[in-house]
Amino acid sequence: MTFPRVRPGKYFMMGNLACADGAIAAGCEFAAGYPITPATEIANRLAERLPQVGGVFLQMEDEISSIAAIVGASWTGKKVLTATSGPGISLMLENIGFALGVETPCVIINVQRGAPTTGMPTAGVPGDMVQVKRGSHGDYEIIALCPASPQEMFDHTVLAFNLAEKFRTPVFILSDAFIGHMREEVIIPEVEKIEIVNRKLPEPGADPQKIRGFLDENVAPMPIFGRGFKAHVTSSCHDEYGKRNLADVAALDHFVRSLCNKILRHKDEIVLVEKQDEGAEVVLVSYGAVSRAAAMAAVRAKEEGLSVGTLRLITAWPFPNEEIEKMAKSARKVIVLENNLGQLFPYIKAAADCQAEVSFLPPRVIGEIHDPETILEKIREVLS
Amino acid sequence: MSAVVHPLHRFIRPSVTGTTNCPGCGNGIAAQAILRAMDELSLTMDDFVFVSGIGCSAWIPSPSFNADVLHTTHGRPIAFALGIKMGLPEKKVMVVSGDGDLTAIGGNHLIHNARRNVDMIVICLNNGIYGMTGGQAAPTTPMGLKTTTTPYGTFENPFDISRLVIAAGASFVARWTTHQARPLTSSIKKAMQRKGFSFIEVITQCPVQFGKKTGSGSAVQMMRDYKENSISAKDAEKLSAKELQGKFVVGELVNKDLPEMVEEIQKMKQRASGAKK
Repeated sequence: MTFPRVRPGKYFMMGNLACADGAIAAGCEFAAGYPITPATEIANRLAERLPQVGGVFLQMEDEISSIAAIVGASWTGKKVLTATSGPGISLMLENIGFALGVETPCVIINVQRGAPTTGMPTAGVPGDMVQVKRGSHGDYEIIALCPASPQEMFDHTVLAFNLAEKFRTPVFILSDAFIGHMREEVIIPEVEKIEIVNRKLPEPGADPQKIRGFLDENVAPMPIFGRGFKAHVTSSCHDEYGKRNLADVAALDHFVRSLCNKILRHKDEIVLVEKQDEGAEVVLVSYGAVSRAAAMAAVRAKEEGLSVGTLRLITAWPFPNEEIEKMAKSARKVIVLENNLGQLFPYIKAAADCQAEVSFLPPRVIGEIHDPETILEKIREVLS
Repeated sequence: MSAVVHPLHRFIRPSVTGTTNCPGCGNGIAAQAILRAMDELSLTMDDFVFVSGIGCSAWIPSPSFNADVLHTTHGRPIAFALGIKMGLPEKKVMVVSGDGDLTAIGGNHLIHNARRNVDMIVICLNNGIYGMTGGQAAPTTPMGLKTTTTPYGTFENPFDISRLVIAAGASFVARWTTHQARPLTSSIKKAMQRKGFSFIEVITQCPVQFGKKTGSGSAVQMMRDYKENSISAKDAEKLSAKELQGKFVVGELVNKDLPEMVEEIQKMKQRASGAKK
């Protein structure tokens, strides 16, 4: 019996399962995780499918060891993933910082759920939007994608692996219980139609003393283990060769800035937005599940003869401030929609202010998706 | 004049020119035991991946060993090592870290990987104190000792680390003090030649922190204490708990065959992919 990595076809599929299938299509060989609602279906699917294609899923003792194990496996050259929800991310944050600091490709799926602490595990609330950017200590840059459909759970997971490999960094999928548990049409393309990116490695047989395996703004080759590179990998402040330096603040400055610049200087290769805002007087800015309600509200508003467009953030981090600023220059009013109490709103407002009048529409009830009718009322209000 | 080079120097990373160890530290004895074991088995640094956590003993492989080394977050080296073993099952994965790293903050990973009997070697340097941060009580600090965080004396029962790891299911557990460098080397060699979770506790002197707290402060005196108060596991069986107070029970405490996780995963993959055995 042979089990292909990619099973092309048209499916009626749950978002979380599409995510797991996307991971395997992207070349994931090792995943580790801890059961948590509403992300568990990803682990279940990976546990079933990974061994069929030569990989493995390990259920760990907690989320701390889950992220540690995938980072360890990534250093052996494997493509790796963990999937969890907010409480799991809270536990992982220190080791996410580690992965960033030693430039480890890995994909972290956060199927977000309701409220701080244990909250309501089955409610879809994107409550961790800034946590992934600011939750681990110190200054850093991260990549995070916001799928809005089961199809994007597949597509964005493949993209996340490719970005992780290209920029040698952890990449987040910021889904939520709505998108994770939503069932919808998912088209899985033929294997040759799926773009696969692999990390850059040092030349085989390279002199270990001369490998500059870290801190290159254009991404250093990764001196993975088991190839004779004799890599010294430490999350302590280090130089391009991986050599620890705990005495010189100039080395610290270089360590922090080069890691940040590796992402910031390549924003044009990372940031994706979807926009239908040409000439619109009012622009609805949203991401994830809420963007579906925003799109519906924009259609209805146009039927009423109102000039309404949309801007959807596919990339939440690095933050698409240039794209927002550009949109705000032509819009008169900007309405920010989030299914939380305004986590990205301050960032969006900062980018759009001075150009347009920016307001925020919270959900009527946290845990419900915005009713397009409520959005329409808000549009009429800002136009009156 | 030709320079005299230590025979094990070839294992040291060329960019390393000094040590961070305090005078009298037991790290050097443990490091030499590891390197001698490799040398005597004709193994090379390329046969290994080393993983360490945070603390003085974590700096034995990082940066000193000229090998693939992952220096991780506090308490987590075994969890990182598990992922490395999954990706490189043919390599010997060795964790070198301290009692605070492995049994306090990292205790969960220690017991679960002992239970899994995953093929790796864990060398735990137990100095009974937090050395790097300046002499705070550890889960291994003897009851009553005054430390910087227990200025009136500790009020907690200490761990017997080896007994903890045995109870968790490890298939090989040995304990030695730094005074028994040769038997320690021999146990490390055994660990390098077998499959399964091999745990070696090295009771080691920290004269600067632990020693000062007990009023010694002398590495020689601490090692003399190890010499005079070490007792073999076999002899210890005949003594009462009271008689064992202040003694170091040393030897190979467990060596048994148990299902090893990497091999079990291979079998599981064959079942999953429908391949014939």
